[in-house]
Amino acid sequence: MSGLGSYGTRHLQALFGALGRLARTPLASLLTLIVIGVALALPAGLALVVDNLRAATGDLGTAVDFTVHFKAGTPIERVQQIAASGRARPGIASITVTTAAQALEEFKQASGFGDALTALEDNPLPHHIVVRPSPSASGPTEVESLRRYFSAFPEVDIVQLDLDWVRRLHSLLDVLRRILWVVMSVLGLGVLAVIGNTIRLEILNRRPEIEVTKLVGGSNAFVRRPFLYTGIFYGLGGSLLAGLIVVGAMAYLDQAVGELSAQYGGHFRMSGLGPRGLGILAATGAALGWMGALISTGRHLRRIEPRA
Amino acid sequence: MFDRDLCESKTIPHAHSRITAMISFENVAKRYPNGREALAGVTFQIEPGEFVFLTGRSGAGKSSVLKLIALLERPSRGTVTVAGQNTGKIKAGRIPAFRRAIGVVFQDHKLLLDRPIYDNVALPLVVAGTPLKEVDRRVRAALDQVGLLGRERSSPLELSVGEQQRVGIARAVISKPRLLIADEPTGNLDPGLAVEVMRVFKRFQEVGVTVIIASHDPHLVEQFGQREIVLDAGRIVSDSYRESHAARMTATAPRVADLPNIDLRT
Repeated sequence: MSGLGSYGTRHLQALFGALGRLARTPLASLLTLIVIGVALALPAGLALVVDNLRAATGDLGTAVDFTVHFKAGTPIERVQQIAASGRARPGIASITVTTAAQALEEFKQASGFGDALTALEDNPLPHHIVVRPSPSASGPTEVESLRRYFSAFPEVDIVQLDLDWVRRLHSLLDVLRRILWVVMSVLGLGVLAVIGNTIRLEILNRRPEIEVTKLVGGSNAFVRRPFLYTGIFYGLGGSLLAGLIVVGAMAYLDQAVGELSAQYGGHFRMSGLGPRGLGILAATGAALGWMGALISTGRHLRRIEPRA
Repeated sequence: MFDRDLCESKTIPHAHSRITAMISFENVAKRYPNGREALAGVTFQIEPGEFVFLTGRSGAGKSSVLKLIALLERPSRGTVTVAGQNTGKIKAGRIPAFRRAIGVVFQDHKLLLDRPIYDNVALPLVVAGTPLKEVDRRVRAALDQVGLLGRERSSPLELSVGEQQRVGIARAVISKPRLLIADEPTGNLDPGLAVEVMRVFKRFQEVGVTVIIASHDPHLVEQFGQREIVLDAGRIVSDSYRESHAARMTATAPRVADLPNIDLRT
């Protein structure tokens, strides 16, 4: 038998052995899965809420859009030229040129002074461009740098930018991100502890079997393998349960949020985890399960004689 | 008919091609962490195919000798060589493979009571990643040798103590070891069963397996008339090894060098 085939056989035996043991203790396995599921559902749900908040308030990148007003009499060709040079710079997602005529038209539509404005002999509005920084360059420093770039052109009259709002927005996002990381870290540690403790108890329950296995030539890797699979199964099962909890909660909230949005004339709908989110959740759960089992087996298998 | 297949060993690795001793102890001492000195400078050799009794009172050092052979312990001093391999130089990662090459029978059987006999006997092969068909064939052959064929699905709890010990022997020989060691294998058996179990060991020795048995039963040892190494307080006080016996063993038993080699990595 080839070494690879033998290796595969041992893995399959460990995998099915681990599944069989979980199936033989359905209630205990289910309780552990629920604990892990709830622990994973909280950060997953929070991440989803943050994503939905972003969507609900529009792309937060637009909040740092700024407008560059040109001096009266600047030819539109020069404005186009400056816009083109700006687009070539890194950190800019888009630049929209609005001519003075377009600006006046928009003002007529928006202000309701349509007819009154036709009485004007000259268009008092200048050409302007709206600059949207790319998401990676939406921080106060980067936006300030862009502002200085456009201000340096002699044709530019004023660059309209509310940096305080940008700073507040970024501070808010930073707080949210930190909260998310804290919650993820704490609950991730919780999952590690739950799985580690479950594996520890299983090692204690199976101590005679482990001892005999080692006596007849089972390596530490052989003994450890089924426990690692058990950890992975706990993590995977817990993450799938977490996915169900989050999807259920989102479905429950979606209708109420939709109605609230409709009252403000919007059509906002909650977005769920999606296949990518579920994949990340499952991978995270499996990795945490594997790590928890690895730490636990590393600590406890060493204490069982024979040690090697 | 005794199944030679179970004894066509390909197990214990050896470093040199010309080896005359299966086991060699050179001035071996063993002191446990609690300070107890189990062995105090023991020297002896066991040739391939020998049947040897280690005897002595409780605490004489018999179990320590067996533990050192099976690498369950390392010597505090001296050199233990098994099939030409200095066990002190075997790295930790290689110990399981080394252990798989030795059949060990324990006084308390060390059976998994929640598993059927089949699983107990199959364990060394499962650990080694043997294909299931091969496992099945060899488990049946091993159980046949110890007279338990047909009891595969029974629980060890349904067996008598003697039968449990025979399951332990079947598990010990299933990997076709060239070396079989047993620590008080008849300690819990009545005299009749003890003789029966010893005959099983003797049959393995007759097909070339080196058998070392720790026992404190002088009648049993006398009955089988094999080489006897007597220990007392960690020292050898007598060894019945004789030149004529050595000559006989050399003529009839296969040498380690004559048996197929095995890679420690298997």
